[in-house]
Amino acid sequence: MAEQEEKRDDKKGEKFSIWDLPDVPAKLPPHIEFQRSRVLCNLDAPIHTENVTYGGAYASMGVDNSLQLDNFRKNFGVEVIRLTKEDMEFDLIGIDVSIANAFRRILISELPTMAIEKVLVANNTSVIQDEVLAHRLGLIPVIVDPRLFAYMSENDTSNGKNTIVFKLHVRCERGEPRMTVKSNELKWLPNGSELLLESKPDSNPESKPRTYTSFSCSQDSLPEFSNNPISPMLDITIARLGPGQEIELEAHAVKGMGKTHAKWSPVGTAWYRMLPEIVLLEDVEDEDAEKLVKTCPVNVFDIEDIGNGRKRATVARPRACTLCRECLRGGEEWEKRVSLRRVKDHFIFTIESTGALPPEVLFTEAVRILEDKCERVITELS
Amino acid sequence: MEHGAFGDQSKATFSLTEEDHTLANAVRFTLNQDPRVTLSGYSIPHPSDARVNIRVQTTGDPASEVLKDACQDLMLMCRHVRSTFDKAVDDFKASNGVQAMKIDSKE
Repeated sequence: MAEQEEKRDDKKGEKFSIWDLPDVPAKLPPHIEFQRSRVLCNLDAPIHTENVTYGGAYASMGVDNSLQLDNFRKNFGVEVIRLTKEDMEFDLIGIDVSIANAFRRILISELPTMAIEKVLVANNTSVIQDEVLAHRLGLIPVIVDPRLFAYMSENDTSNGKNTIVFKLHVRCERGEPRMTVKSNELKWLPNGSELLLESKPDSNPESKPRTYTSFSCSQDSLPEFSNNPISPMLDITIARLGPGQEIELEAHAVKGMGKTHAKWSPVGTAWYRMLPEIVLLEDVEDEDAEKLVKTCPVNVFDIEDIGNGRKRATVARPRACTLCRECLRGGEEWEKRVSLRRVKDHFIFTIESTGALPPEVLFTEAVRILEDKCERVITELS
Repeated sequence: MEHGAFGDQSKATFSLTEEDHTLANAVRFTLNQDPRVTLSGYSIPHPSDARVNIRVQTTGDPASEVLKDACQDLMLMCRHVRSTFDKAVDDFKASNGVQAMKIDSKE
């Protein structure tokens, strides 16, 4: 509250002169500090949206804008708001947008997961075409830690280290009603493919018949998978079968990244928004207060009793603000009363995982990938 | 990675392959924060090439050293972000574990 009062005073004393400052000011004059740290959302358009990144930008005022790691360590903070198995919301405080955006981009496109890449169709008499079916299968999340697998490069053969094999064999018998094929029907084959390669006539008939994969050992004998078998995300509809229709296929999942195809993205999506800050520049009382509370569709404002039956509007839930600016639309007087802002270095980050890894692990992995990128540049330069 | 500098060590363009806005924008930020840098910027010459060019001009120090320091800074920042994040998650899990138990006991 005290902070808000201070800001109100700043706004009133707009005729601030730089000559009033001491010789070596410790901080920026309030109006420049405001431009540096806030986006002001006016009715027509937001202003002060650019970030001043140049370290010497305020050198003439004796203020160092450069990044000191110690300062960063002192000011940076993380606050977890919500954390479940599928999604999480947390605040990143005191970080530049370029770095927050790097984390977001890595989460979406550079974290590896497993996804179905090859589909061997043995029989498909359903109305859904092979290629459409294969595409649908590809988009089903595979619930397994991708760190346990290796990438398969062009010359590699499918083996137990880089491939997961699923089998799907469903049939709707004649006389039965139509059936829905769910992803639960995908059965994990820990021993690899069961489909035989065409053997050459001169090959030794004694030898083991070759399949599309060459697993050296069964995947379920590995300690990682012996107690938690690999499965796709359950309860996703793959196809619908009419009486007499049948699908028999094998699906091979490999490791990949979201930038190759979105099916490998480990997040449903990951996004951030800047923290909304709403300041009432003058007291909004009585009918105006009630009007203000009613105009906001997400209930940002509340009414407090200030005695003598008078009411005053307060900002109760600024985080809920969606920046609809409905509160500024009441006319020019409202634009003077209410000031909508965004804090430039406070990000409300949301991650929705597809299920392969929990969201908090995804974020730490994303940060680690950015570290690896830096390290790569450093080693190449030295 | 190519390194384009002719004679003057304080100006150089670095061409990083297999990188995009993700790294370049973050490195440009840390470069701009460095007082030794007079100009830094990046461009992606063609969107279908996985390549970015980072331009660095300094007040006199070798550009490659400055870029290296910028990457070092970014790496240390990431490391700090990770440790802070891990701690925040652990704290959240610990405090919510207690809350969850309370809910269970009511039922």
